[in-house]
Amino acid sequence: MPTRVLVAKVGLDGHDRGIKIVARTLRDAGMEVIYTGLFQTPDTVASAAIDEDVDVVGLSMLSGAHMTLAPLVVKALRDRGSEIPVVVGGIIPDQDADELRSAGVAAVLGPGATADAVVSTVESVVR
Amino acid sequence: MAGAPKDEWQERYGSSRQRDVPFATMSGIPLEPVYGPADAEHPGVFPYTRGPYASMYRSKLWTMRMFAGFGTAEDTNERFKEIIRAGGDGLSTAFDMPTLLGLDSDDPMSLGEVGRCGVAIDSLADMRDLFSGIDLGSITTSMTINSPAAPVLAMFVAQAEETGVPRRAIGGTLQNDILKEYQAQKEFVFPPRQSMRLVRDVIAFTAAEMPRWHSVSISGYHIREAGSTAAEELAFTLANGFAYVELARQAGLDVDAFAPRLSFFFNAHIDFFEEIAKYRAARRIWARWMRDRYGAHDERSMQMRFHAQTAGVSLTAQQPEVNIVRTAVEALAAVLGGTQSLHTNSMDEALALPTEKAARIALRTQQVIAHETNVAHVADPFGGSWFMEELTDEMERRAGEIFDAIDAMGGGSMLEGCIKGIEENWFQGRIADSAYELERAFNAGERVVVGANRFLEGNEEGFGDILRITQEQEERQRARLDSVRRDRDDAKVAEARDRLAFEAADPEANLMPALIDASHAYVTLGEMMSTLGGVFGRHTEVPSI
Repeated sequence: MPTRVLVAKVGLDGHDRGIKIVARTLRDAGMEVIYTGLFQTPDTVASAAIDEDVDVVGLSMLSGAHMTLAPLVVKALRDRGSEIPVVVGGIIPDQDADELRSAGVAAVLGPGATADAVVSTVESVVR
Repeated sequence: MAGAPKDEWQERYGSSRQRDVPFATMSGIPLEPVYGPADAEHPGVFPYTRGPYASMYRSKLWTMRMFAGFGTAEDTNERFKEIIRAGGDGLSTAFDMPTLLGLDSDDPMSLGEVGRCGVAIDSLADMRDLFSGIDLGSITTSMTINSPAAPVLAMFVAQAEETGVPRRAIGGTLQNDILKEYQAQKEFVFPPRQSMRLVRDVIAFTAAEMPRWHSVSISGYHIREAGSTAAEELAFTLANGFAYVELARQAGLDVDAFAPRLSFFFNAHIDFFEEIAKYRAARRIWARWMRDRYGAHDERSMQMRFHAQTAGVSLTAQQPEVNIVRTAVEALAAVLGGTQSLHTNSMDEALALPTEKAARIALRTQQVIAHETNVAHVADPFGGSWFMEELTDEMERRAGEIFDAIDAMGGGSMLEGCIKGIEENWFQGRIADSAYELERAFNAGERVVVGANRFLEGNEEGFGDILRITQEQEERQRARLDSVRRDRDDAKVAEARDRLAFEAADPEANLMPALIDASHAYVTLGEMMSTLGGVFGRHTEVPSI
């Protein structure tokens, strides 16, 4: 069974270059990738992740709202009794990455993360 | 050789005003304003490949227009004043995500987004604070806003009217380029045709009442940042420009009544010569299409003027100081390509919004180019280079193929072609494919990015302070909005919103007067947009990777 990934844009950030590249990269690595489209809320992402029975959720966040919204996605999943890991990628300063991990985010991919790093990070949080 | 391009140029150059600096090299060799044989293309002469003006930077350097915005209007007002103190001579406003999408700061969807990547503007009160103490008569301002461009322009006008500045005297630029939002930037709200009605209203209103205002800044920047090639940036942007021209003509406007107030905004990416060729081709294509296809007679309708910004996507989070070098090279390309204004990115922008110091260094980069290098003395210095002329022709040829495809999609209409291309994800798909190809080349090591896939020594070193936007700023903005809602006259708000809804339902009505009146009544941006949304509906994009 290939790894199933939901990649999502939460909040108001329309920058979708990164998420599309990540989606294609994961697909080329043999994973099944579902893209939510733009302007999702923590609740719609959590519901989609559970409905689609994915192994991991990837959030792409470039608008600076990651500290508020990423933990809410984790919470929305846990409130629904799901342990699906959440990976956050985007413009995430190092200091914020530590806090996000404390808030239950499984892994953080900062600017400049390579394709290999994206694939191996997703694989590592699923195992 | 009467009528040769050089004679025409000479006449125009002779009547231009020159800056009071010695036009010579550092060692004292005198420099001509432009070089080339008499029958070659010349700046200020159709088709303007070599520049829109005969004297170019000899008359006036480009405007150093720095893009800024974060937190509340007061925070951004302080940064604006710092830019002006440091010698910047143009302002450009970056709005936060809620404002870009026409949502108030207290909307549930705005949570965590207020003031984060731009300034939060909810009402006339914020607009007033944003420009407080800044003389809008001596410095022009640009506003990067699209879906809510009409309401934000209305607030700007209301703010100016409050301070006694009449509409006729207000100068500035509104981005108001909705087509590229669907194609690339993705901050859309209403469906394309309803959005285009608002663009039309702004063009018609400003053409009639605000002669110093640039109604649309047709933007390739975001298309390129989203991953397009240079030729796609060139072609999609100009195609969008042609679409706005057709839109305004359909509304009954004479092309020369509005086209001189259209301006452009291009990326300045890292491939030095290709960028310069792109700007040269852009000017030539615009001039020819405006004259031959759209029947412009006024030269100003054919003279493309543009703003440039260095490429955000070229910046790396690794060894951020190296970004100063990238930005300098990109800025130089924009200047040698004849830009009318320029924003230089800061070294720390792959990490966060820039600190004051980083933004100052970015401005200093322009000042070094402008005042130390002497590159501004001679117009289009690469003109006549076999390489540059060939590359310019090739950019024009590649753009031409794309125009043909769009024109065919629209059945002979660029306006319809652009809308159909959006609805069918044609633009979005091409941009995503080009972005992925660039990424593939990067991952394969074919495209070198210093510090990212080669020359990694030093990546482990830390970088200094970055700008932090706090949740406290979001709270402060919500509190401001609360007080605006408390202090205003609710009856006037309701009346203004009713009128707006009524006029929105009439496709012939121009909505600008109703929006300006609503601004004066402190109707918030979110309320105006939600009133319009009740009539126009909402756009959703079919997700595709």
